[in-house]
Amino acid sequence: MIKALIARIKQGYRTMEFPSPEIKLPPRFLGLPEIKAAGLEKAAAACPYAAISAQAGTLDLGRCVFCGACAKASPAVKFTKEYKLCAGSREDLVLGRDGARRARPVPEDLRRILGRSFKLRQVSAGGCGACEADCNVLGTLAFDLGRFGVQFVASPRHADAVLITGPVTKNMALALRKTYDAVPAPKLVIACGACAISGGPYSGHEECPGIPADIPVDLYIPGCPPHPLTILDGILRLIGRVE
Amino acid sequence: MKTDNHSSFIFSATDIEPEIFLDTAGSRLAAGGRAIAYFAVPEGAAYRLVLAVAFDRESRVEVYSAPLGGPFRSLTPSFPQLHLFEREIYEQTGYTPEGHPWLKPVRFTGANDKPGVADFFSVHGSEIHEVAVGPVHAGVIEPGHFRFQCHGEKVFHLEIMLGYQHRGVEKRFIGGPGPRDLRYAETLAGDTSIGHGWAYCGAIEALCGVNVPARAQALRGIMLELERLANHTGDLGALSGDVAYLPTASFCGRLRGDFLNMSALVCGSRFGRNMLRPGGVNFDLDYALVKELKLRLETVYRDVENAVSLLWNTASVIDRFDGTGTVSKQAAEGLGLVGPAARASGVGLDTRRNFPYGPYENFTLAVSGSGDVYSRAYVRWLEIQKSADLVAAWLDSLPEGPVSAECGDLKPDCGAISLIEGWRGQICHFALTGADGKLRYYKAADPSFHNWQGLAMALRNGEISDFPLCNKSFNLSYCGHDL
Repeated sequence: MIKALIARIKQGYRTMEFPSPEIKLPPRFLGLPEIKAAGLEKAAAACPYAAISAQAGTLDLGRCVFCGACAKASPAVKFTKEYKLCAGSREDLVLGRDGARRARPVPEDLRRILGRSFKLRQVSAGGCGACEADCNVLGTLAFDLGRFGVQFVASPRHADAVLITGPVTKNMALALRKTYDAVPAPKLVIACGACAISGGPYSGHEECPGIPADIPVDLYIPGCPPHPLTILDGILRLIGRVE
Repeated sequence: MKTDNHSSFIFSATDIEPEIFLDTAGSRLAAGGRAIAYFAVPEGAAYRLVLAVAFDRESRVEVYSAPLGGPFRSLTPSFPQLHLFEREIYEQTGYTPEGHPWLKPVRFTGANDKPGVADFFSVHGSEIHEVAVGPVHAGVIEPGHFRFQCHGEKVFHLEIMLGYQHRGVEKRFIGGPGPRDLRYAETLAGDTSIGHGWAYCGAIEALCGVNVPARAQALRGIMLELERLANHTGDLGALSGDVAYLPTASFCGRLRGDFLNMSALVCGSRFGRNMLRPGGVNFDLDYALVKELKLRLETVYRDVENAVSLLWNTASVIDRFDGTGTVSKQAAEGLGLVGPAARASGVGLDTRRNFPYGPYENFTLAVSGSGDVYSRAYVRWLEIQKSADLVAAWLDSLPEGPVSAECGDLKPDCGAISLIEGWRGQICHFALTGADGKLRYYKAADPSFHNWQGLAMALRNGEISDFPLCNKSFNLSYCGHDL
């Protein structure tokens, strides 16, 4: 016991402040891209996921896996270190010349029902384990998700929302449907990662039909995988804890 | 036909008479070989069976192939290590391996397949009951279905059904190399992005005949060992959490992230995405970065040592780890287990020693004996020490020179085997080119493919409450298995 206490003192207090202007991401981190119309053709040609349209002058964050191939091919795309990427609708993920719009909080009446507690049931449906790991890490002492009243729960019956990772494989379609149905209304849906939003690296695979159209998504969190801070920012924005 | 890790060979040289193929396979496996790949490649209207056997002690790989036009004799009754390979061949070709004791779908890819719907083994008798878990589990974890046959708390048998994560990745390599390939490799098992990414690059480089610069090899080594450090540290924390010892669980949760952040410092991604490219790496280290990484490694390692040493000094932890979920050496060898799970059962196999590649020279092995959860945990700790030493040494003596070389065209009608020791164990990528120099077939085997059956064995005669602990001690990949 005494050893555990000494270790506790040595390990120190490690929970980060959030949100905080002090948060620094590594210099090579690829966050929110900025695009220019000139030279976008080359960038579009370099993207294996058809995320960039030179004609429309847009970059779809929902399709982007942040591989950086476009930025290498053309100076028209530049990645910033901005980690706040979430959006409330699929259209808002499309960066035009006027930039992306971030997610807005859920309406006041729903927020009143949630109170200060927000419970998530996570479903991995073809996820490679990276999005799942970056959700899991939010539970560690570094991020301490619990302090915001947010928690991943085991039973869908206890959940306010379903957080989906992965491109939703054919083989997981039924399990996702059953889990979603088991969550009592009112319920929210979060699509976490490029796979859940657009199929990501697997877009176009017949094995991965994606989130069915009749499961409405309330929050989109882009990335492959999204940085834990991106996920945390998205969740807190959805429930109106950050603005 | 003999070949080496990361070198190409003329594929037609592997051809042997169909009549002697299965006998040859049997005799090579009986001689101590370990199957690293066994699959069927489409050829005309039929298929060609391809078997790669590794002889670990001699650092040698042998490859045999023969045409296959119908049902074939199952070798699984004599060599259980082939059980999943043969099921996979059956699922992909429709040809029955006759005599296979357990012929069920692997990934439920047929038009009429319903995931998880198959005949399960069942035990009958009074007071016998069955417990079914999944595909959706309690935590933030990938899906799979587990079926326990129990008498009270005692588990007679655990059957594991996977396939829920099948994304159809392997066949997308065909016709390549294409611009999506590297990300496919990196997401075969997302927590092994460097391991699988390197295996892919290794296969392509062998087929191009390109020499990867020494500096790039050392940088790859650093990233692979950081991946190992992060995952082993995280798993020791999770094991600690599963026996309700919270100090180590919470310390290691943070420390795992510190290793991931070191990877992000090198390439921008916590999982090492975008680091690799066929021919080398995309990011170099300058003096300031090397200094920063060394500093972080030192402080993080010190904290890991502090956190993990609590485990070995806490009676309640040792009591729970010791003797739980034992896999005998005989079972581990018979099933062809790999990685820390195999080494914990006393099997002396580590790709870094047995099939040295890239920057690994004179690697010595960490083996820890008795096959229980304690051994699987302790072997992770031994590997953490080793990996930290390796990273520190490479940071101190990074070779000078370029970090990538240009890859030319792939040699036509060739094959290449790329073996990498990922943190879960040996990763095997097998690439074949056609006459046009494009990829004709691609086969990837994650260590989980071999090891899931090890987990099932670990539960035999254990208690159902041992399952989370045993599961975490293996911590296998669902998507790496399902592909």
